[in-house]
Amino acid sequence: MKLLRTALLAATAAMTALPALADSIKIGEINHYKRLAAFAEPYKKGIELALSEINGAGGVMGKDLEFIFRDDQGDPAEAVKIAEDLMTREGTVMITGSILSHVGLAISSFANEKGYVYLAAEPLADSLVWSSGNPYTYRLRASTWVQAAMLAEEAAKTDAIKYATIAPNYAYGQDAVAAFKANLKRLKPEVEFVAEQWPALFKIDAGAEAQAIERAKPDAIYNVTFGTDLAKFVREGGDRGLFDGRKVYGLLTGEPEYLDPLGDEAPEGWFVTGYPWYDLPEGPGADFVAAYQDATGETPKIGSLVGYMTAQSIAAALTRAGATDSESIRAAFEDLTIEDTPIGTLHYRALDNQSNMGAYVGTLAVKDGKGVMVDWEYKAPAPYMPTDEEIMAMRPAE
Amino acid sequence: MAFFLAQILTGLANAAALFLVASGLSLIFGVTRIVNFAHGSFYMLGAFVGVTLMDILPGHVGFWGAILLTGLAVGLIGAFVEIVVLRPVYRAPELFQLVATFGVILVIQDLALMIWGAEDRLGPRAPGLRGVWRIFGEPVPKYDIVLIAITPVILFALWYLITRTRMGTLVRAATQDREMVGALGVNQAWLFTGVFALGSALAGLGGALQLPKGGADLLMDFNIIGSVFVVVVIGGMGSLPGAFIAAVIISVLNVFGVAYLPQSTLVLMYVVMAVVLIVRPYGLLGREEVAGEHGQVGAPERPIRPYGARGRMVVIALLAALALLPLVADKFILTLMIDVIVFALFAASLHFILGSGGLVSFGHAAFFGGGAYAAALLVFHTDTPMELAFIAAPFAAGLLALGIGWFCIRLSGVYFAMLTLAFSQLVWSLAFQWRSVTRGDDGLVNIWPADWLNATAPFYYFTLAMGVGGILFLRHIIHAPFGYALRAGRDSPRQAEAMGINVKRVQFAAFAVAGAMAGLAGGIFVFSKGSVFPTELEIAASFDVLIVVFLGGVKTLAGGVVGAAFLTGVEDWLTRLEYWRLILGLLIIAVVIIAPEGIVGSLRTLWVRIRHIEEEEAK
Repeated sequence: MKLLRTALLAATAAMTALPALADSIKIGEINHYKRLAAFAEPYKKGIELALSEINGAGGVMGKDLEFIFRDDQGDPAEAVKIAEDLMTREGTVMITGSILSHVGLAISSFANEKGYVYLAAEPLADSLVWSSGNPYTYRLRASTWVQAAMLAEEAAKTDAIKYATIAPNYAYGQDAVAAFKANLKRLKPEVEFVAEQWPALFKIDAGAEAQAIERAKPDAIYNVTFGTDLAKFVREGGDRGLFDGRKVYGLLTGEPEYLDPLGDEAPEGWFVTGYPWYDLPEGPGADFVAAYQDATGETPKIGSLVGYMTAQSIAAALTRAGATDSESIRAAFEDLTIEDTPIGTLHYRALDNQSNMGAYVGTLAVKDGKGVMVDWEYKAPAPYMPTDEEIMAMRPAE
Repeated sequence: MAFFLAQILTGLANAAALFLVASGLSLIFGVTRIVNFAHGSFYMLGAFVGVTLMDILPGHVGFWGAILLTGLAVGLIGAFVEIVVLRPVYRAPELFQLVATFGVILVIQDLALMIWGAEDRLGPRAPGLRGVWRIFGEPVPKYDIVLIAITPVILFALWYLITRTRMGTLVRAATQDREMVGALGVNQAWLFTGVFALGSALAGLGGALQLPKGGADLLMDFNIIGSVFVVVVIGGMGSLPGAFIAAVIISVLNVFGVAYLPQSTLVLMYVVMAVVLIVRPYGLLGREEVAGEHGQVGAPERPIRPYGARGRMVVIALLAALALLPLVADKFILTLMIDVIVFALFAASLHFILGSGGLVSFGHAAFFGGGAYAAALLVFHTDTPMELAFIAAPFAAGLLALGIGWFCIRLSGVYFAMLTLAFSQLVWSLAFQWRSVTRGDDGLVNIWPADWLNATAPFYYFTLAMGVGGILFLRHIIHAPFGYALRAGRDSPRQAEAMGINVKRVQFAAFAVAGAMAGLAGGIFVFSKGSVFPTELEIAASFDVLIVVFLGGVKTLAGGVVGAAFLTGVEDWLTRLEYWRLILGLLIIAVVIIAPEGIVGSLRTLWVRIRHIEEEEAK
């Protein structure tokens, strides 16, 4: 027993003691590379593209920037253990990663306790920067609240009164529905919600859900399902004529991760948030798309964009900090401004450590057998945020 | 009325794929007694192979031909898995094979990722069957009607195969008495292979048939396995008509649940399973398990004795080494060791009821997570001091175990296991859905230890004291009269009762003790990680610990502890690699084949053999 443990520990030590490039600055990246491969792979490729550009241009503080990628199996406890490993043994200077919100929250709490900087790139949960926010956690993507508010704004313009919602039965889905309801009610108090459907995540019984919504006879539908749930819902609902004559608002539905697998069955006419990479005007946004396609031979997903901007943010913060201790990096992220990212000027505000990355909204159409967003628009998050006072009230005292 | 009819039709269509997959699992279990966790993987393979074939083969013939070919292909894969992985371990202790099937899951997951890539595939439409027919004005997809028509045909074909053919006769005979069939000259090995291949083919067919309603993705193996087990258990393990009835009941109830209780989607089927098992302990059409199945397979077990002087010296030396570890090791080694000790205590608690009590629990994570949540809730909502909250963990988990055990303990074998699974799902859904208290899957965060413990080394000593204390406590019970009574009940309930032991009450008490110790591990866990999420209560967490106990060796004292240390260490090392699931899966399969008594059990056997050789040479 002891022998076994000793051998194991020795083997572990040997694995990790492999000589790293002495002149690199290392960043720990923890993600669900296997469990959510469809999302994590484009994200990783986005990071790698940014790294090759950054290091090609001389790196950061004269050193190469290097990411250490680790798989947490989608388990928060495992992620926390890996974070400890990265910070205490691998010599990383800060942590980033996670797609799932709950894993992000676990790392965030750990980072705050130990005084490590954590950049949550993908997780959407509002609580990450608000009710569970802390000084060491920064977040890149526009949160659930903001994206739902953008859809609610559009919905309020129509004369639909009766709404049905369908969302996966977990925190993200529940937050997304609550945010949509709150924003829509504020803009248009007379709306009512006649059906709320809560399929289990990735276990949707799409036929039954479509029937249940049809029975409530709503004027419009708000959809939060994604991935395989979305594909099944679109199919069963489309076959049964559920979407005929109804406006549908789809959170994240226009993101290539979810839209591409639908092919020519993409639901036309839905108003969605997403990423119209195929249609961007000349500028840093289109440059990124071209560079990404050159480097990988694939079309970008929104994860690719987020990964790319994650590495850009970190490089900028390190450059601004001029040092690699946690306190300097944390301070550098505060009010950090980065010019010429694919979405324009990126800014991390000091109020709640949230970046100003917004979202693309538009209407779905099918072109050449593929779903695309048309009449789209990029919206900055600021007008959709709660007031500064409300945010301060939500954030725990520092 | 039309709405009801449409709903029932939707339910029946959903039942088709579920029945196919479940009938395969039921068949495999009935004959080989293998609880095949990898059955969902064959379903996933069916979906991917089906998509690929349908891309190549055009038109009507291509579509239906692709489905049949998929069944054939997945059946062949199943036969291969059976011959290579399972055949060497049939003689191992009961249920040990499930560890091997767990390895198969990991291997297939990574192979599927390598072959088909990460992106979800939308299934092709069945040619000519796009759109709906209107029945009393309600739209019903054409393909649904086809599925509803196909299912009874397959049920009939299976029924014919089982009741009217020679192969079926042999299968039924083997279900009733495997050894007798072997004694009568039937080649058991090929019979098992055939049944396993047939079961896998059915799962593959199910995967291919559902394509027009869904698609192929890398999560579908785990996503279906829960409902498949539920169907098989409700129907009665090994009963095909039972599986059919259960698939229909579950699917139709689900559809009505969606319409009238939309929030119920997470737990409905587990509630149904719990109710069915409480009312009918062997499922709707199942038969009572043959008594005394446990412990019959393999060589007679040697009585477990406390360690001798030499064993104690080794343990003391090990503990001393662990106590001195903070002087030499860096912070991360200590963090890793905390994980190892927590997992070892968790595994030891399951090992206690599994090894000594013969109670296989599929839901042990309920107590680990329950303890963790109890402590976290106290800290989060009432700012209870860490010391108090920590003590609450084992008590809360023990109480939970008393509650759950009261229902479960009257069952035995796989039915007991499945009822514990149902209850652990209920606990999970409580943590998941009761957001005002538990924050759902946002989890409870910022649960850190008191200041005097809030550094790696002090917390390591705290963990060491609590973990080792808990493990020694469990071992002490095993060697106390209570432990002997527990083992008597496991080996021969009837004789134990005759001696005046109230077997069920002893098992009930043991179940509560195991729950409390799992809760203790959960209490340490939550303060070491600073947060707790419903993931700790998931089925996967229960299976992890089960795998570890089997891997270490059920019929040994140290099995759980060694298995936990082995898996934690290996995982920490392997997850740094790209295809770690493939390697881990192959490693688990290799361990299972090389050491069918578990790591400790096989080392012990080896040790005994060497010593015998030495003795003989000395003579």
